[in-house]
Amino acid sequence: MVDLLLFAFFGGLAVICGIVMITQKHPIASALSLVGAMGSLAVLYLLLGAEFIAAAQLIVYAGAIMVLFLFVIMLLNAGAEPKPMRPSWIAVAVGIPAVLVMFAMLARLIASTVPMDSLVRFGGFTGGSAKDVGNAIFRQYLLPFEVISVLVLIAILGAVVLARKEMD
Amino acid sequence: MPPSLPNGVPLAAYLGLSAILFALGAAGFLIRKNLITVFMCIELMLNAVNLSFVAFSYHLKQVDGHLFSFFVMVVAAAEAAVGLAIILTVFKNRSTLLVDEVDSLKL
Repeated sequence: MVDLLLFAFFGGLAVICGIVMITQKHPIASALSLVGAMGSLAVLYLLLGAEFIAAAQLIVYAGAIMVLFLFVIMLLNAGAEPKPMRPSWIAVAVGIPAVLVMFAMLARLIASTVPMDSLVRFGGFTGGSAKDVGNAIFRQYLLPFEVISVLVLIAILGAVVLARKEMD
Repeated sequence: MPPSLPNGVPLAAYLGLSAILFALGAAGFLIRKNLITVFMCIELMLNAVNLSFVAFSYHLKQVDGHLFSFFVMVVAAAEAAVGLAIILTVFKNRSTLLVDEVDSLKL
């Protein structure tokens, strides 16, 4: 019962934040609602037994990445968007049925491959602590971990090169 | 907390939520005009995929999904750093953030 209530509340909050994010005109409002969506996803990760991922979600995503976004929005003084163009009627006539068909196919796929009696309960999976994730990273996934650290190093150098001030 | 509560949430509900969030992100990617907002929609899509990974990890009772979700987070951080640097450069050269006005490659 508690699981269902928490899932309904935070899942609904994530969807509402997502809708607000793509309908708001101002980038700051979009960024703040994205923080809300990420925070509610962190609660859902906790419900799924992923303690380490929930903490990383809050620290890396809602903390570091979104602060970077807010810095850039304020640095560039990004204002509200102009009025969007009216969508052409053919895009509406084709797009909305296409989206509905896609969701119907996806629902059919999920219903046929995932057993409906597999329930998610809080505490049903306890292998997501920092200890277990660390064991998996440094044993089974050591090579991907090292490769991705090189990727982050390259990204840092690329960001510095792209954003530096040209000296004459 | 007791280890297991009587009623749970079906796994399909988590996957459906993930699909809805991904669709919202894709829709925002297509309809928004501001470069920074378009970028934030990509982050929402990555988050939705992470939710699927963690849900399947619960279903299979294995920690591997958490690792993939962690790697996606690292890639998202790298992507945000480089992408925002590119946005800064675009703004410096063209003083606009609207995707419609950055059209040098258009024939």
